[in-house]
Amino acid sequence: MFDSFLLESIINGLLLGGVLALLALGLNLIFGVIDVVWICYAELVMIGMYAIYWLYVFYGVPLPGAVIAAVLAVALLGVLLHRLVIEPVLGTAPINQLLVTGGVLFFLQAAATLAFGIEFRNLGIRMPLVEFGDMFFSFARILAFITALVGVFLLWLFLTRTYLGTAIRAISQDREIMPLMGVDPRRIYLITSAIGGGMAGMAASLLVLQYDVHPAIGLSFGPITFMVCVMGGLGNMLGGFVAAFIFAQFISVGGYLFQIEWGYVIAFCFFIAMMFIRPKGLFSR
Amino acid sequence: MDNRILGGIGIAALAAIPLLGLGNYHLHLLITVLIWGFVYTSWSIMGRFGMVSLGHGAFLGVGAYVTTMLWNGMGLSPWLGIPIAMLVSMAMALLVGYPCFRFRIVGHYFALVTLALGEVVRLTIVGLRDHTGGSLGITVTGVPQGTSFLALQFNDRATFFYVALLVWLAGLALWRIVDRSMLRYALEASSEDEDAAASVGINVTRAKLVILMVSAAMTTLGGALYAQYQMYINPETVSGISISLQIVFAVIAGGLFTQFGPTIGAVFTLLLAETLRVSFGHDIHGLDGTIYGILLVLFIIYMPKGITGSIIAGLSRRRAAPTAPAE
Amino acid sequence: MLEVRNISAGYGSFRALFGVSIEVRAGEAVGVIGPNGAGKTTLLRVISKIISPESGQVMMQGQDLRQVAAHRVVEMGIAHVPEHRRLFPRLTVEENLRMGAFHPEARRRFAERLDFVYELFPRMKERRDQLAGTMSGGEQQMCAIGRALMSGPKLLLMDEPSAGLAPVIVQQVFDLVRRIRAEGYTVLIVEQNIQQVLQVVDRAYLLEVGTIKQSGNAADLLASPEIRRAYLGI
Repeated sequence: MFDSFLLESIINGLLLGGVLALLALGLNLIFGVIDVVWICYAELVMIGMYAIYWLYVFYGVPLPGAVIAAVLAVALLGVLLHRLVIEPVLGTAPINQLLVTGGVLFFLQAAATLAFGIEFRNLGIRMPLVEFGDMFFSFARILAFITALVGVFLLWLFLTRTYLGTAIRAISQDREIMPLMGVDPRRIYLITSAIGGGMAGMAASLLVLQYDVHPAIGLSFGPITFMVCVMGGLGNMLGGFVAAFIFAQFISVGGYLFQIEWGYVIAFCFFIAMMFIRPKGLFSR
Repeated sequence: MDNRILGGIGIAALAAIPLLGLGNYHLHLLITVLIWGFVYTSWSIMGRFGMVSLGHGAFLGVGAYVTTMLWNGMGLSPWLGIPIAMLVSMAMALLVGYPCFRFRIVGHYFALVTLALGEVVRLTIVGLRDHTGGSLGITVTGVPQGTSFLALQFNDRATFFYVALLVWLAGLALWRIVDRSMLRYALEASSEDEDAAASVGINVTRAKLVILMVSAAMTTLGGALYAQYQMYINPETVSGISISLQIVFAVIAGGLFTQFGPTIGAVFTLLLAETLRVSFGHDIHGLDGTIYGILLVLFIIYMPKGITGSIIAGLSRRRAAPTAPAE
Repeated sequence: MLEVRNISAGYGSFRALFGVSIEVRAGEAVGVIGPNGAGKTTLLRVISKIISPESGQVMMQGQDLRQVAAHRVVEMGIAHVPEHRRLFPRLTVEENLRMGAFHPEARRRFAERLDFVYELFPRMKERRDQLAGTMSGGEQQMCAIGRALMSGPKLLLMDEPSAGLAPVIVQQVFDLVRRIRAEGYTVLIVEQNIQQVLQVVDRAYLLEVGTIKQSGNAADLLASPEIRRAYLGI
């Protein structure tokens, strides 16, 4: 028997995969270039969501303006994060670099609670449903999917077609000789942090259309983003891209067949299984 | 030798505390320090070898929930429930740890994998809401008269203080045993250079699995004890990222590489939380977390050895200074 | 063109160079020869500021390099072909060449320089879309030299260009050095392959345990009894 609800959740998974891919790409970019994992990545997204909410609801800034402002703000936040928190510990044990962003996670989540309270907030925009046969899809999701793919594509163009992008790919292959090429690694780190932050801001603008924002929202997709990155191979952008779509299917279809939490749990069990089979990521070299 | 005498005096002094006639509030603070001091020690027992877990909330959650579910649902005494919970945690640790260690997943990777594990346990608790009460949490069914050795419930805080003290001392003893064992050398060698360690015949995978399982089992016991003491648990307070990060924060603040560091971390975080609560009241959500977050960043940047580590380094510097040869 | 004055340098507590001074005049090819571990690579690393010296100074065309940031040395006209080639293995040949032309002045003349490099190394043109890490050692050396030339240097530093290559290829690499000289580049080359390098350069310095032991015309050094005995096994 043809199950149109199942098909609907598969397609919804595909749509979700686009946003996950965008998130994973930002994190992978940072890791690939600076060799640091921003544990607080999803919290940057949360800040971006609040920024949009605040500008749009309270100050009446038109949505496109609010989105652009949020992307820029989170990009700036990425730069600050690098300068104030990452740079002082760059020479020390790698685990310090991870933990220090854990402190930032704590801080951002709590500061958001302090500033915005624990209430769930949304933009109050009703996005239409798109009907297709007897299936319904949220327009916000379709928009998010398309925008995410465009973002991924633009990043790819940047990384392959420009001097700066080439340098960003090169730096993870040989850090020490970058100055011989006339490249200042510190500048590359800052630019990468800004791009990574900007991508978190972009993800925020796509998520704020679909979900309520609250201080702990980062926790609902942060861990899954990390799993996507690890399964794809940390720093491996193609791997992360593919893994994002696989995980999204588990969450969406698992959530449809059982309950949303079980979708995550199944995704995690799959993740553990994959670690036995391909411990260094899907496309490990 | 004198260390042993000092230890004896210390334990005796601690054991005498309930006789001082402290109020319930102060006993409560002490019990809290002991329980969390034990949990933090459990984390540091592996964390000090560079195996940084961001998912110890998983083991804490299993300890609290498995024990409580078995008691509430089946009337199984925590005396049996706790060992069962420990076995569950150890099995989980084995399942996740084996591929990690076998395939040399260390540092960032390992931290992220454990982080995901903590989330999954939290989500499982929420998902089993028909049995666990979901995110609303669950109350441990009390025994009618309030105190039962079999149910590990004590009306009297002083009794619970001794239970917590015993467990905490056991944690410190385990820390010491690991500190003096071959396991320590194996793990230190492999945290420096895994290939070199493996080449001199150290079974790196096994050594790491052993310490992970010890740490998991201890944390589970801590979680169960917490549930027995508070008589109420919910997924946020015993599982998930926040609690896992709080463990990391306290240990880093107290000192990762010393025996008493984690306990000092427990004292420090508790004093911080209590001061904030007394100064600002309960209403200001997020203030403590904001300060924890900033402090964690500052500690890692300026004081990575933590409070105890820095004091020890300072003392030894002072002691060494007069005898240091002139350059 | 390049003046190295009294440089001492090392790594941590280990010191590799003790008061080394050398000079390279415009249009010259100069060799620094010596055994493994003599400090030859360290000398080049000091010149291009990968490491900072403990004391001493490096002057490039009258400019003190202490006042120049590490990543701006290449803009001063110094290009460095590092030891073991150090290509970016997962970038294509052409992307590697593009990295060589990263600084603004070089970017402006990218097309022109690329033509020049492809003319010098037609093999690189054939392999332009191949990942650099998948090429043979000799081809990688060509690519590394090409990458350095992309920056439009006045002075080319070459660190052991013949190391790890088959004898036939070694011959080709030294022919390449000759051609690069003929194009008018000033070259400072560090080599263990003393017999070969002394046939390519005008002058050379003998570096042993971090100090200059001997210097002079290549022909004189080749004829010097000590060098013949110690290094050429004659």
